[in-house]
Amino acid sequence: MELAAPSGAGSGAAALNIVVLVKHVPDTQLNRRLGEGNTLDRAESILSELDEYPLEAALQLAEARGGEAGGNMVTAVTMGPAAAVAAVKKALQIGAYQGVHLSDQALAGSDAAASSLALAALIRHLGPVDLVLTGLTSTDGETSLVPAQLAARLELPQVTFASSLEVISEGDSHKAVARRDGDTYADVVEAVLPAVVSVTDQINHPRYPNFKGIMAAKKKIIKTLSLADIGVAGEDVGTAGSWTVVESAAVRPPRTAGTIITDEGHAGIQLVEFLADHQLL
Amino acid sequence: MSAVLVYIDFPAGSDASPDAAGTGTPTAGLSKMSMELLTLARVVGEPIVAASGPLSEEVRTALGSHGVQQIFQCEQSELREYLVAPKADFLAQVAARISPAAVLLDNSAEGKEIAARLGVALSAGVVTDAIGLDRALLAEKAVLAGSYLVKARATTSVAVITVKANSVTPEQAAHATAPAVETVKVSFGPASLGTRIVERTARPISGRPDLSEARIVVAGGRGVNGDFTPVEELADALGAAVGASRAATDAGWIEHSAQVGQTGKTVSPQLYISAGISGAIQQKAGMQTSTLIVAVNKDADSPVFEIADLGIVGDLFSVLPQATAEIKRRRS
Ligand SMILES: Cc1cc2nc3c(=O)[nH]c(=O)nc-3n(C[C@H](O)[C@H](O)[C@H](O)COP(=O)(O)OP(=O)(O)OC[C@H]3O[C@@H](n4cnc5c(N)ncnc54)[C@H](O)[C@@H]3O)c2cc1C
Repeated sequence: MELAAPSGAGSGAAALNIVVLVKHVPDTQLNRRLGEGNTLDRAESILSELDEYPLEAALQLAEARGGEAGGNMVTAVTMGPAAAVAAVKKALQIGAYQGVHLSDQALAGSDAAASSLALAALIRHLGPVDLVLTGLTSTDGETSLVPAQLAARLELPQVTFASSLEVISEGDSHKAVARRDGDTYADVVEAVLPAVVSVTDQINHPRYPNFKGIMAAKKKIIKTLSLADIGVAGEDVGTAGSWTVVESAAVRPPRTAGTIITDEGHAGIQLVEFLADHQLL
Repeated sequence: MSAVLVYIDFPAGSDASPDAAGTGTPTAGLSKMSMELLTLARVVGEPIVAASGPLSEEVRTALGSHGVQQIFQCEQSELREYLVAPKADFLAQVAARISPAAVLLDNSAEGKEIAARLGVALSAGVVTDAIGLDRALLAEKAVLAGSYLVKARATTSVAVITVKANSVTPEQAAHATAPAVETVKVSFGPASLGTRIVERTARPISGRPDLSEARIVVAGGRGVNGDFTPVEELADALGAAVGASRAATDAGWIEHSAQVGQTGKTVSPQLYISAGISGAIQQKAGMQTSTLIVAVNKDADSPVFEIADLGIVGDLFSVLPQATAEIKRRRS
C-alpha cells in the first residue's frame, strides 16, 4: 500500500508534515534481561512510554491546523524486528494517521550510530518533512544519543529536550519555539523548520487510545520497508555497522529489603543512629 | 603516549554561564567534574583540553597541575548563542588536528548531545554514562535502570565517552605543566547555527551540593504535601542535595531539575533518604544504585520498602524534624 502524501504540503496552508519516531522496547514494569551477545531480550515489548509525548505533541500541532482534513500528516515510524510493528500499531490507535516500519534482519544489534544512520536514510526516503519528533530517550538504551545524531546526519536544526513546543507559521514557513530546562539555566530556543525535535515528559499529557481510535487504526496504512528499499547496506547497520560493543555484562544483585521499623515516637533518632553506624554523619 | 581530549564547557572565569551540569561556577576554579575527567584522561594518555571559552589564569594553572600540555579554546560567540551543535563542531575540529585516542565529556544532557554529534562528525563510537574507564578505553556503565553493569567499548579509532560525576577521585598529576594556549577559529557546519538561544534565565543557586554529585540526597515526594521544609532542613543538616519525585515536581513544589528518576536525574549517592515517595519503577530507575537507601513512608505496603536498607513506617513530618534535631544535638 502506498502512503498518502500530505495534501496540504506546498499549498500555502500552515499544514505540517510530521514524522514521529516510536520505539518498541521491553516493558520497564517487568524484569528486563540482556540475552545473547549482551543485547537486549526484546520479548514482552511495548511502545516506549516516552514516545507517547512526541506523538501527543504531533497530534496537537496537527489538530490545531485542521488535522488530517486540513492537509496535516502525522506518520509514526519505527525500525526493528517484525514484532516492532506493534509500536506503530499502538501509535495508530492513539491517533497517528499512518505508519512506517523499517524491518530488516540486518538491523539487529544497532547502536545509536547505526540506528541514526538507518533512521536518517528512512526519513530522507519518505520525502520532505517539517518536523521529526522524538522522545527524550529510549527507555531501553537510555543514551539520548539518537535525536542529536539524527539531526547531525540530516543536517537539520536540533531542538532537544523541549519541555514546551510551539510552531509559528507564516505562509509556508514554520518556526519552532521551544523551552529547554537545564540544571543551571532555562532556555527558550528557536529554529526554522524542518527540524528534529526531542520532547520531555513535561510537555503534555498523552491521550489514551479509545474504542473509536482502536477501530479506526485497523483501517490505517502501515508501510513496511526493508534496508534495500531505502538504499542502506546491511553492513552499515546492526552489529556490523555499530561503533560500540558491549564486551561483558554482569547482573547486579537485586536490592533486598533491610530492616523495617515502625515509628513509635523515636524513629527520627533511630534514623540518625543508622547514619552514625554507617559513618554518614 | 596517545592524546586524550577533555572538553570543558563554559569554563570558570569566562563571562559565560556555568556549564549545563552545574559543575562550574563563574567564580570558582576548575570544577570537580573537570578534574575527574582529567584524572581519567591521564589513565589513558596525555590530557589535552578543549574549552568553550577563554580561560582565567587560575583555571590555566589548575589545568597545569593536572598535567595538561595544551589548551585549545574557542572565543566565538556562536557557542553561546546556538544550541549544542557549534560546540560539537569546535571539538570535532580540534580532534581532527590532534587525533586523540578518546574524547571525554561530562555526562550532562548537553554533554551527551555534544558527544552524539561528535560521534557522527568523527565516525566515532559514543559510550555514555561511564562510571569507570581503563587504559584500554573499556568503559564501565550501568544499564537497564541499574540492573546490569556492563563493559562497553568504541570499536572505532577514536572513542567518545561521557563520564558521570563521582566516577573517580580527582588527583593532580605528578608533574605540573605550563600548558600552551591556542585560540582556534571554528568553521560551523551547514545546520549548526540552526537553533538559536533567544532567551536564557539563570536558575537561582541553592548553595546545596549538586544533585548528580552529592554524597547524600534527601528526596521528597507527594507525601510532603506542598511543604519541602522538613526535607530541606534534614538535607542542610547532612550537607545533602535535595531531590524529588515527579509527583512533587509536577505539583510545582520544587523545580524540575530536582527530579530523580527515569526522566530526571540518575543519582547514586552513598545515602539516599526517600520521604513520602511510594517508589514507582520510574523513581527507582533514578536511585536504586545508591549505596544505602533509607525510606520514610506512612504506608507499610509502599514498594519503596522493598529496596530500602532502613525502612521507617511513619509520618515524615515527625520523623524528619526529629532526625534533624538529633543531628544538630549531636553536633553541638
Ligand atoms: C513516562 C513517565 C516518566 C516518569 N518519570 C518519573 C521520574 O523520573 N521520577 C519519578 O519520581 N517519577 C516518575 N514518574 C512518575 C511515577 O510513575 C510516579 O507517579 C511518581 O514517582 C509518584 O511520586 P510519589 O511517590 O511522590 O507519589 P505517590 O505515588 O502518590 O506516593 C506518595 C507517597 O507518600 C506517602 N505519604 C503520604 N503522606 C505521607 C507522610 N505524611 N509521611 C510519610 N509518607 C507519606 C504515601 O504513603 C505514598 O506512598 C514517571 C511516570 C511516567 C509515566
